Amino acid sequence: MKKLINDPEAVVREALEGVEAAHGDHVRVIHEPAVIVRADAPVQGKVGIISGGGSGHEPMHGGFVGVGMLDAACPGEVFTSPTPDQMLEATKAVNGGAGVLHIVKNYTGDVLNFEMAADLAQGEGIEVQSVVINDDVAVQDSLYTAGRRGVGVTVLAEKICGAAAEEGQSLAQVADLCRKVNAQGRSMGMALTPCTTPAAGKPSFELAEDEMEIGIGIHGEPGRYREKLVPADQVVDRLATAVVEDLPFSSGDRVLAFVNGMGGTPLIELYIVYRALNRFLSERGITIERNLIGNYITSLEMAGCSISLVKLDDELTRLWDAPVNTPGLRWG
Amino acid sequence: MGISTADVQAWMSDYADVIAEHREELVALDTAIGDGDHGTNMNRGMQAVVERLGGGGFDDIGALLKAVGMTLVSKVGGAAGPLYGTLFLQMGTALNGKAEAGLDEWADALEAGVAGVQKRGRAEPGDKTMVDALLPAVQALRDAQSDGASLADALARSEEAAREGMLATTPMEARKGRASYLGPRSVGHQDPGATSSHLLLQTARARLS
Repeated sequence: MKKLINDPEAVVREALEGVEAAHGDHVRVIHEPAVIVRADAPVQGKVGIISGGGSGHEPMHGGFVGVGMLDAACPGEVFTSPTPDQMLEATKAVNGGAGVLHIVKNYTGDVLNFEMAADLAQGEGIEVQSVVINDDVAVQDSLYTAGRRGVGVTVLAEKICGAAAEEGQSLAQVADLCRKVNAQGRSMGMALTPCTTPAAGKPSFELAEDEMEIGIGIHGEPGRYREKLVPADQVVDRLATAVVEDLPFSSGDRVLAFVNGMGGTPLIELYIVYRALNRFLSERGITIERNLIGNYITSLEMAGCSISLVKLDDELTRLWDAPVNTPGLRWG
Repeated sequence: MGISTADVQAWMSDYADVIAEHREELVALDTAIGDGDHGTNMNRGMQAVVERLGGGGFDDIGALLKAVGMTLVSKVGGAAGPLYGTLFLQMGTALNGKAEAGLDEWADALEAGVAGVQKRGRAEPGDKTMVDALLPAVQALRDAQSDGASLADALARSEEAAREGMLATTPMEARKGRASYLGPRSVGHQDPGATSSHLLLQTARARLS
């Protein structure tokens, strides 16, 4: 293991101290239990939105705390769900009287811990709604599994719901919107290399120099299949075909196209991926109305990418365009 | 002789030692079919439990086990945090106000704990989870009760049942948790949650009988 760290046990805490030092204008950091909260929280009368998950996916979620996106994020240990006491603290810190939305990625640990937290918060009289994001088409059979994983669409849902909460929509409206983005969004990822959690010290799986894993999860969970590395255009063809056929997206659709880096892939390669995706979609009469390209939901130092598409309408496009001011995403 | 509050505290301390000893084994089992953090997370949780219980001052087994449960909920994370947390919280609720437990109370408590785990995790027997070790252990306690067995004999039988249940997870295809994403590829690996659950009952046999 070759990492820029001091102590494997202190990785999350020291990174949080860095966030605190760097972004005091956007957020404040609570250390015990660990929560990143929007600096002006709670905003009276506004629906609070919190999310959280294992660390190692930065900038998600802590980097998306700020005006127009999340009110708080709960960072767990690397690739480990945060705990209910963190989520309860976050829920209380962002409750401005209009209730709190929990955006939860579909992993067993995240779902169980958020459920316990929602029970505890409701016990304290805070209205909570939870929406589980499950956009990963790599998981085909959901009947006998824990279901589809939550991946790239999570970032897009956090942005769109954050805008809706900012303009004063109710908890029920923001939760419905979140379900809509999830229902209209699909993703799939791939890896060129594995990644190593600081606690484990060695990679969670092996990939030969000339191999890639199609359908990889953001914690290195195995995907649909492994094969010999092919050129970027053919990789995009595999990912985009799976994503487009699943919803399905069809001719005439307008989409938000998200090309995400897994952490170890440079932007120059992500633009090659976007070029191929743009061609793939335009050949099928699908219009990219908005796009996002960069490392937003990462898997430590894994090389690879994911592609997410969300079907847009005027409302979703307007909310996507609304101002956002967070350490990780900023415009308007 | 029944099980005292001090016995339960010693059991938890033993379990923390056993988890620390088996940490790498649990990590290896979890790396094969999960995300490789089970040993690390359980170790962090049990070390916190030892610290929490260190001050003592628990009047009864129920209060002590509830403190164990809350500590695990807040320190473990992953799926194991809420699941083991629920196990001990429900056991603690069943043993509320009891400074000593005999076989009947112990069987009721473990049954309540395992029922809580099943409800929280929505797991059925055969899903390749900790339930596959815990449920046979409860059944063994019940069988021992109707046979009029001693507490020591009952704890031994529940440990053996948990061991068999743990070993039986190897050929199963996972249907819950991260291992379920592997589908048929999860076959041939022993479930890490069932393994840490067996260790819990093995430690109970050694300490509480």
